[in-house]
Amino acid sequence: MDDLLRRYGRGLTWGFVGLTFFWLVILVILPDFKLLESSFRPYLPVVDVGGPKDTYSINNYLRIFGGEVPMSIFGFEVLISPRVKVLLYTLWYSGVVTLVTFLLAYPLAYYLAKIVSPKSLPTLFLLLFVPLWVSEVLRSFAWWIILALKGPLNAVLIALGIIDTEIRWISGYSPVIIGLVYTYVLFMVFPLYNAMQSLDSNQIEAADDLGAPWWRIHWRVILPHSKPGIASGAVMVFMLSAGSLLVPAIMGSTTSGWFTQTIQGIMLEEQDWNTGAAFAFMLLTICTLVVTLAMWVFKVKLSDIAK
Amino acid sequence: MSAGIDLDNVCCDFGSFRAVDHVNVSIQPGEFFSFLGPSGCGKTTILRMISGFTEPTEGVIRIGGKDQRGQRPNQRPTALIFQNLALFPLMPIWENIAFGLEVRGVDKATRRKRAEELLALVDLHDSADKMVSQLSGGQKQRVAIARALAVEPAVMLLDEPLSALDLKLRQHMRAELRAIQKRTGVTFIYITHDQGEALAMSDRVGVMSQGRLQQVANPRDIYNNPVNGFVASFVGENNILGGDVQNRAEGMASIATPIGTFRARLADAAEGKLKLYVRPEHMVLQAAPGAENSVPVTLTEVAFEGNFVSVHAVTTNGTTLVAELRNDGSTPIPASGAQMHMAFDARHSSILPDSANAGA
Ligand SMILES: Nc1ncnc2c1ncn2[C@@H]1O[C@H](COP(=O)(O)OP(=O)(O)OP(=O)(O)O)[C@@H](O)[C@H]1O
Ligand SMILES: [Mg+2]
Repeated sequence: MDDLLRRYGRGLTWGFVGLTFFWLVILVILPDFKLLESSFRPYLPVVDVGGPKDTYSINNYLRIFGGEVPMSIFGFEVLISPRVKVLLYTLWYSGVVTLVTFLLAYPLAYYLAKIVSPKSLPTLFLLLFVPLWVSEVLRSFAWWIILALKGPLNAVLIALGIIDTEIRWISGYSPVIIGLVYTYVLFMVFPLYNAMQSLDSNQIEAADDLGAPWWRIHWRVILPHSKPGIASGAVMVFMLSAGSLLVPAIMGSTTSGWFTQTIQGIMLEEQDWNTGAAFAFMLLTICTLVVTLAMWVFKVKLSDIAK
Repeated sequence: MSAGIDLDNVCCDFGSFRAVDHVNVSIQPGEFFSFLGPSGCGKTTILRMISGFTEPTEGVIRIGGKDQRGQRPNQRPTALIFQNLALFPLMPIWENIAFGLEVRGVDKATRRKRAEELLALVDLHDSADKMVSQLSGGQKQRVAIARALAVEPAVMLLDEPLSALDLKLRQHMRAELRAIQKRTGVTFIYITHDQGEALAMSDRVGVMSQGRLQQVANPRDIYNNPVNGFVASFVGENNILGGDVQNRAEGMASIATPIGTFRARLADAAEGKLKLYVRPEHMVLQAAPGAENSVPVTLTEVAFEGNFVSVHAVTTNGTTLVAELRNDGSTPIPASGAQMHMAFDARHSSILPDSANAGA
């Protein structure tokens, strides 16, 4: 703070602080509190708001249970409510997306951090960023076209003789997974790159010198060192995927419900913001729990991620 | 188990820059060999070529007589101790040490047992379960040595391993390293830019400058009989005087310098630009002029250093000479400003060419 005052003078410093405060409190925290508060109140006609029927309860949250559909969880057939089913699928496939982005990002980050010569690094970073200049909507539509039954991907695969008949890519959750992986993979690449880049290359050489084959060097030296990067990348990708609305909306098929779409339906079609808010906070809380659990399982500390 | 190493005309280029230039040397099995040279002279590059991280541009490296071209670092019987040690900070000490055994598929109990034996060897009992960050500099040093010894290398390569330690610890670790080398009988190739370290520990020393090996000899010969001016000045202090060489005969010659003509040793083969080198401890101060190699001086500074006295003096034409007198009571300590004669024995002074680079 003193440092800022010295560098920018009084007017500018308080200007920065004031604007940040305004953004954080007025535009972020207060509306969230308002939503949180209304999530515990029933959805009522305007005349009844503030009346005797307007009391706090968790009824909105309980609306997630209602109706029964079959679902198979690890081979067990169970009957659960359709909304819970969508929530579970959302969590499960967000996890799948996180895993796939990790598998793609790890070699890429390693290549950028340890193999590429520092001279060509700026060019490569630029290439990675170029797709971000195109809006997310357009990118999702582009994928939708690429994956279409008579689209370019199938055409190329058939031309190369890899497949004989077109594959129906757009079915179930696979297009959503592809879209989310594509959209969020950089959120995994950069924390991983940062972590790997801070690894002393002599440690890799030392392991090599002691006779370790490449995979053991990764397993014992590079991967453990990158753990904080993996953790922060995974948290971001998981949270962003679970909270994504656009990609599932554009890339999704009739059988691939995403929980954000459920929330959207309640808020926009039913105009029931109270229940929508309740579901949104439920999603946030459950995602946070899943992340906390995963961090506990993988023995990652919050302070590691903050680095 | 130990192996000899031959460097046969080894060169290494980085682009158009030649970091190592036609190095030839045979290191004996079980020898403690040091490469000594200033920063940037190519020492690390030599070590990286021996361990396989860098391929020589020219020449052949043989370990135990076996040509190492195309051998990966993990296939060579060498273990490198890095300049910064490169211990694995996320593994406990014993796993660090046993890493090489883990790679070789040794079972856990044996690994643990072996790690503890090695910890005992380097005098670090009870540290097996500590983390690297809990150790002091000297202890990390020993862990690095133990980790390298665990794979039973035929050759240990050490890249300035003591440079990060304070003076006292450094001296202690010198003795320790030497003792470990004797105990294990492994060939040690040691890199340093500290001449004291190289002279005190090594069986033989190779002095390098600008990628070239200037001289390979035992520490005494490096100090007493340097082959050129670079070696003489890099290893110890000198009074250096330029001049014309006359009357070469039987390994001796005269050199006419601006402060007088002196006799000194001169190798028969010596050519090029020649200068006279006399070490300060070979200078004596006397009241009367000597028969030869003596010059009148005025003492300008007499610094008492404890075990010796450092004397700076100027000749009549303003050349500064330095002498170091032993404080053994045999002669009285002279006073600053005194007029005396500085003299030296012809057998303890040499006329040397600048360095091997100048000739080639
Ligand atoms: N990978 C490289 N690319 C280009 N030049 C290099 C490379 N490695 C070393 N050099 C150059 O080769 C020369 C010798 O380097 P080297 O690391 O062998 O020196 P050194 O004797 O170990 O020095 P120090 O005592 O400082 O460690 C230096 O001038 C250095 O700049
Ligand atoms: Mg070096």
